[in-house]
Amino acid sequence: MAVVQVAGACADAAPRPPYGLGCPASPAQIAGWDIDVRADGAGLPLGRGSVSDGQVVYARSCSGCHGQQGGGGYADALVGGRGSLATAKPVRTVGSYWPYATTLFDYVRRAMPYNAPQSLSSDQTYAVVAYVLFLNGLVPADAVLDEKTLPGVRMPNRNGFTSSDPRPDAR
Amino acid sequence: MKAQGAPILSPAYGAPSPFEAGVIRRARARGRIPTAASSTTPLQDLHGIITPNGLHFERHHAGVPTIDPAQHRLLLHGLVDRPLIFAMDDLMRFPSVTRVHFLECSGNGSYAALPASATAQDTHGLISCSEWTGVPLATVLAEAGLRPHAAWVLAEGADAAAMTRSIPIAKALDDALLAYAQNGERLRPEQGYPLRLFLPGYEGNMSVKWLRRLKVGDQPFETREETAKYTDLMPDGTARQFTFVMEAKSVITFPSGGQKLAGPGFYEISGLAWSGRGRITGVEVSVDGGATWRPAKLQAPVLSKCLTRFRAPWTWDAKPARLQSRVTDETGYVQPSREALVGVRGLNSGYHDNAIQSWDVLGDGSVLNAV
Repeated sequence: MAVVQVAGACADAAPRPPYGLGCPASPAQIAGWDIDVRADGAGLPLGRGSVSDGQVVYARSCSGCHGQQGGGGYADALVGGRGSLATAKPVRTVGSYWPYATTLFDYVRRAMPYNAPQSLSSDQTYAVVAYVLFLNGLVPADAVLDEKTLPGVRMPNRNGFTSSDPRPDAR
Repeated sequence: MKAQGAPILSPAYGAPSPFEAGVIRRARARGRIPTAASSTTPLQDLHGIITPNGLHFERHHAGVPTIDPAQHRLLLHGLVDRPLIFAMDDLMRFPSVTRVHFLECSGNGSYAALPASATAQDTHGLISCSEWTGVPLATVLAEAGLRPHAAWVLAEGADAAAMTRSIPIAKALDDALLAYAQNGERLRPEQGYPLRLFLPGYEGNMSVKWLRRLKVGDQPFETREETAKYTDLMPDGTARQFTFVMEAKSVITFPSGGQKLAGPGFYEISGLAWSGRGRITGVEVSVDGGATWRPAKLQAPVLSKCLTRFRAPWTWDAKPARLQSRVTDETGYVQPSREALVGVRGLNSGYHDNAIQSWDVLGDGSVLNAV
């Protein structure tokens, strides 16, 4: 068990404005916490994964909730719904709704598999992301994705969002 | 009574009377994974504006983690001059503030009609109201020193979802809190113990619980919870993103669905009204389905981004009646009818349903959700 940090007692011990509370975070400390991936790919780790490797990861870690081929089960469908958003029964999936492929990497990396989040390696994460994008027809069967190619995957609903808060719109 | 009652400390942490055992949170019907689900506050059984801590609604995406506050840390980094790590003791040494605010899930309401048997808990129970204590986020950001291009703050939770949302810097510097106490005691585990972000008036999901990291950036981070979820699909197939504010809304909690009036005579209509844009300025009540309206009396205090209790006297003549309430807030915005809201947003918008609620009182005194 680590010794509990006494408030205000930092390695540098230098007074800092305005209240001098908290301790400086070193680059190494930050690196251990900094798991987010931005829309443009900033934050993606080094690594690579193929659709075929992703199929193995998916079958083992994802299909129990998301169904075979991403068709849905206990959890959301990941595939399908293209062209449905303006209908009475919209189906919001990675392929039909998500605006960024990088968001899929970020979310899988932080929160999936549901029963063991943050257990996949970077390569496994790239692979399963590649497989889900393949199931949606967004990358070819022989695709290999990495930190350079993933941000370039064009999502069909990329321009489907309006971002100025429009409310109130109904009185 | 002709015998001594229970001694002190029965129990040491008090609990409601056993006769109130039915006043509990209830699981929302949808969802099959109990750690990714929500439970609702029994609005129809509560009085005043404060929600008891044990009845605050829940919405978790990966269950309630158990966190030792002595081990918990908050990292603040990104576009700051001095990246910092705070222990809970550090955060609790900052100058603190206490404010009373509602917290509402943006999924409170369903666009599509709920069954006639629905209670106020079913229709509106994803809202609660507490006195929150913490340090203003602006104070903590100043401790690290914001850099010139700081525009958004990513907030990340320590739960298994590592929940993340992007917060506009204007909100972070306005009235955002790093909250560690609720109604006088430390946060309940379901509410983010030992530390949560609290954004008054904004959709509840953004008030990230079990807060472990804040990263300042120059653009939104486009997380799953602000793209795939918590975006509002419109009839034309486009979706509204970053719809943060919980607009003005109200609901009559007595008489409300599932209750039954004993017979004709006097009743006090009572309910709750709120706005994420500030104070409410008035509530009107109708007992004839919106044909005529009369002002309700507001119970002081009327606070910004807080529940307000309203009341109106009513003598029931044992004839069928349709009860509605309609709130106006300090911006002049008037709560819309269901027809007006659905007319603009359709039935698949999912979030931010703030339409007027209707309760039908039948001739036998039973009260049903008007469908």
